[in-house]
Amino acid sequence: MSEIPEHCPGTQSEKAGKESACQGCPNQTLCASGAASIPDPAISVIAGRLSEIKRKYLVLSGKGGVGKSTVSSLLSRSFAANPEANVALLDVDICGPSIPRIMGCEGEEVHQSGSGWSPVYVEDNLCVMSVGFLLDSPRAAVIWRGPRKNGLIKQFFMEVDWGNNLDVLIIDTPPGTSDEHLSIATYLSKSEIDGAIIVTTPQDVSILDVRKEIDFCKKTNIPIVGILENMSLFICPKCKSGFDLFPKTSGGGEGLATEYDLEFLGRIPIDPNLASCCDEGTNFMTSFPDSPTTKFMLELAKKLK
Amino acid sequence: MGCEGEEVHQSGSGWSPVYVEDNLCVMSVGFLLDSPRAAVIWRGPRKNGLIKQFFMEVDWGNNLDVLIIDTPPGTSDEHLSIATYLSKSEIDGAIIVTTPQDVSILDVRKEIDFCKKTNIPIVGILENMSLFICPKCKSGFDLFPKTSGGGEGLATEYDLEFLGRIPIDPNLASCCDEGTNFMTSFPDSPTTKFMLELAKKLK
Repeated sequence: MSEIPEHCPGTQSEKAGKESACQGCPNQTLCASGAASIPDPAISVIAGRLSEIKRKYLVLSGKGGVGKSTVSSLLSRSFAANPEANVALLDVDICGPSIPRIMGCEGEEVHQSGSGWSPVYVEDNLCVMSVGFLLDSPRAAVIWRGPRKNGLIKQFFMEVDWGNNLDVLIIDTPPGTSDEHLSIATYLSKSEIDGAIIVTTPQDVSILDVRKEIDFCKKTNIPIVGILENMSLFICPKCKSGFDLFPKTSGGGEGLATEYDLEFLGRIPIDPNLASCCDEGTNFMTSFPDSPTTKFMLELAKKLK
Repeated sequence: MGCEGEEVHQSGSGWSPVYVEDNLCVMSVGFLLDSPRAAVIWRGPRKNGLIKQFFMEVDWGNNLDVLIIDTPPGTSDEHLSIATYLSKSEIDGAIIVTTPQDVSILDVRKEIDFCKKTNIPIVGILENMSLFICPKCKSGFDLFPKTSGGGEGLATEYDLEFLGRIPIDPNLASCCDEGTNFMTSFPDSPTTKFMLELAKKLK
């Protein structure tokens, strides 16, 4: 894709094909004719595919390493704790697909049928789809540029067969605001996403990136469900003292929620048991049913449903 | 680095980085943004264009001993571009940072594979957020347990150097937030001593 000009105005721009940067681009004629600015018909197909799903949530973060996949997995398990609910977790983090590992289904294969790709079931009422299932080797780097990643994301949205009885779809995203996020926002633009849950740690350098994430949601018309603060506190198992490992130099997640008039969904403490369960792919909530984190997540799922 | 909101000046010799000490300067896209709150929603080609500009136009002076390049997470457009633009620049190597737990190690394997595919030598693996020492009772805890060997296990597996461990330290997090120099504020911290040793070893 080295032919794409560096100052490409974007195929959706009014100036598409007409800027000086467009000279020599193989798509110039297409853009100048206005053909490229016609909305991608896939967007409507995707909206149709997802229309029967009662609730659709995006899990976003500005920064990497704040625990987005951990939160996505906990959230999916929390919704699925109700045996009447059918829940799905979609992992579109193409470069670092952690969800198969965290959900204990690493190495599973995806089957194709006439009705589409079948997600992998980890419980009777909880299924998972991830690019991780499509890779030959979990050790191989997925070094794809934007267009190829976008193509795969589009395929996920268009071709996964979620069944006709799905109550909740949770979409785990890569960190930041990048090609993948633009594509996700575009492909889901007619799919009535219920909203985004933004995960942060308490410290300023993380909050800084959440501000950008909030701005991104506003620019792409994604409603924000609220802000969740992860790695909030550590309780020493020995002496029971509590410590802010990532001090809230200016108000943390709650301060930010107040500033933007958003809902503060709560705090998840650092818990080595949670980290271990993610590594082992076991369900933290059934292993540690009395943990404050388990109770907090079950309450959150009730609130969001 | 405590230089938020600074501006970059252009001159005939290129863009001037921002000096935070007499002998330490910084360049970041952060200096070029109108608002730190605005999302930078750029697709690959535009980001690559800016990365190329940084490499071509920043005036580092003619007496620079060390250049450290901080990168975004993952293996993506930016990383491909960085590897391509620097392919003739004799990079001494990559320092790969991980936390101890498997879901992080999983992604480090990909990063190692990326470096091999793009011919970037690997200096070694650094394990961050390794341990927490309770300030009250002094017990040590693995907050992100090394389900399978952590960073050191991985280094052994790939025959790479294990550069060491940095513990979780709320003071370090605060200094990052405040933009102050952790190493001068906490000169006796094990982390400070470890980093000074590392710099000596790498130089």
